[in-house]
Amino acid sequence: MKTLKIEELSKNFGSTEVLRKINLEIDEGNFLVLLGPSGCGKSTLLNIIAGLETINEGNVYIDDYNVSKVEPKDRNIAMVFQSYALYPSMNVRENMIFGLKQAKTSKEKIEEQLEKVSKFLQVDQLLERKPSQLSGGQRQRVAIGRALVREPRIFLFDEPLSNLDAKLRVEMRREIKKLHQQLKTTVVYVTHDQTEAMSLGTRIAIMNHGVIQQNDTPENIYNKPSNTFVADFIGSPSMNLIKGILKENSGEMSFTANGSNFEIPVKRYEFKNKSSLNNKDVFFGIRPEHIYFKKSNESDFEVSLRADLSEYIGHEQIMTFDYANQEILAKFPSTIKIELAKETKLYFDLTQISLFDAQNEERI
Amino acid sequence: MQDSLKPSSYQQLEQKSKYTNIFLRWFLYFILIIFASYFIFPLYVMVVTSLKTMEEIRQGTLLSWPSGLNLDSWAVAWGGRGYGAGDTFLRPYFWNSIKMVVPAVFFSTFIGAMAGYVLTKWRFKGDKWVFLFLLFGCFIPYQAILLPMARTLGVLGISNSVIGLVLVHTVYGIPFTTLFFRNFYVSIPTELVKAARIDGAGFFKIFFRILLPISAPIIVVTIIWQFTQIWNDFLFGSTFSFGEAAPIQVALNNMVLSSTSVKEYNVDMASAIIAGIPTLIVYVLAGKYFIRGLTSGAVKG
Repeated sequence: MKTLKIEELSKNFGSTEVLRKINLEIDEGNFLVLLGPSGCGKSTLLNIIAGLETINEGNVYIDDYNVSKVEPKDRNIAMVFQSYALYPSMNVRENMIFGLKQAKTSKEKIEEQLEKVSKFLQVDQLLERKPSQLSGGQRQRVAIGRALVREPRIFLFDEPLSNLDAKLRVEMRREIKKLHQQLKTTVVYVTHDQTEAMSLGTRIAIMNHGVIQQNDTPENIYNKPSNTFVADFIGSPSMNLIKGILKENSGEMSFTANGSNFEIPVKRYEFKNKSSLNNKDVFFGIRPEHIYFKKSNESDFEVSLRADLSEYIGHEQIMTFDYANQEILAKFPSTIKIELAKETKLYFDLTQISLFDAQNEERI
Repeated sequence: MQDSLKPSSYQQLEQKSKYTNIFLRWFLYFILIIFASYFIFPLYVMVVTSLKTMEEIRQGTLLSWPSGLNLDSWAVAWGGRGYGAGDTFLRPYFWNSIKMVVPAVFFSTFIGAMAGYVLTKWRFKGDKWVFLFLLFGCFIPYQAILLPMARTLGVLGISNSVIGLVLVHTVYGIPFTTLFFRNFYVSIPTELVKAARIDGAGFFKIFFRILLPISAPIIVVTIIWQFTQIWNDFLFGSTFSFGEAAPIQVALNNMVLSSTSVKEYNVDMASAIIAGIPTLIVYVLAGKYFIRGLTSGAVKG
């Protein structure tokens, strides 16, 4: 049984296609993050799961029950919003029990739930306050509390941290993680912040233009991006994508960047499909953190590149090198001194590379 | 750095700017007093004249102080002289106006609030057009709807009645009240409505429990606007009602114009003030709620 299943879901607003044939499954207790740039349809998808938006095609199942036409209140979900959406005229207590009252829950049960949740979230001292008398973090907690008291099957979070300042955001991020560890409720979480996605999610679905680009564990998203969009979107600075072609020489594959005169052996790379790769136009992807200043593995590949630019950011520095007229970035500890405009020996970690078809930009 | 400026010249400059500031301040007061008197002058003349006897008015000047607190003309304006035919006084028409303005303000405000709520939080196909047509209603000149409205009232059988006027003012007020509430609700995050829907609240519950309690500022604005419009209206009142069903502004006009013998300026002035007092009261009572932003901080930092 899947806690949440989305099947061939499409949604358009007028003639604008927002979501295209979305398929998604979540197992009980998972934390799924929908990640993508603004306008990719992730919030719409969340609203559809909540029942706040109608569906044009496809179905949504919660616990194998088709809820596509079920009212939000009957879907056994709870949602936390970006603006918290606390009812301004009600105090914290009324805010938290509003849903239970609508559902005609018994008074004893309401009080019991309220006490349990407000203690758990440490808002039990604030029950008589109005939302306007709370700080950002407290509002956030109350909003989560309002969701918690309903004991939903699925929690939906719509960018809940983006209104907080940087320090509080990191704190609340940890609290949400703890919360999930303790409660083990299934969560769907929308964000455009990759750090949030990486640190919170047990699975991440990366979306762009209404299509899920990759739905995988955070490790696979980072290490094995399924296309150039994911490769580019995740990581800061993002993955270097070097244009070039693949060559096959007596069964051994190698990569040559356009305009460069040396070959990089890629025999250790796990190709999805080994056939007809000779002379294929590809992108050679390597993350800035996988370019080393010192040789650390036997398989590391040595190149000599000219340093063009240095950006110092405290604990590390980002260097820009010229690779046959293509810019590539590398990340080093800031203790390393590299002279600009000079050739420097660097080492590519060939166990960490990705190769993409230059035509359809898919991983090969 | 201006090293050439010695301490003494700093002092001079300080003195100079002090005098300039004092001068400017007094100049400001002067201007403000002129404007204030310009606005207060007519009211002064009205009040003073209403307290004088006709004798005093004939002999004194416009600005002269009354000899005493003589409220006779106010009594006549309000309750008449007590003889039969031809005696027009304001009391019955004042109540007509109250009976007209209270329901008209209530219904137009309520319907406007509902319409604004629907147009912002329950969007539907073609809602933009509905809003556009409503806006159109704000710009139609009053005169253009007189004939169709008279016909409508006739068909409904409520012409020349207070109920008819309530209907006219409610209908004509809805475009304005909808515009007010729509613009207010647009600024309220739709997430509030979404949260309430997930919590299981329906269309009316969301309106009455979530949105209406935070609408106080715009309700006050709308009430002041509608009350002033409807209370001060003359055109609809004089067109759609006459005789006993007339609102106070029409009665005031009849009273002032139909004086048979002498022009009684003191009674006229008293009547005019009486006709204007309710609007003043509404402003004084509701004015302080005007600026209160009740939603501040409820949604975001």
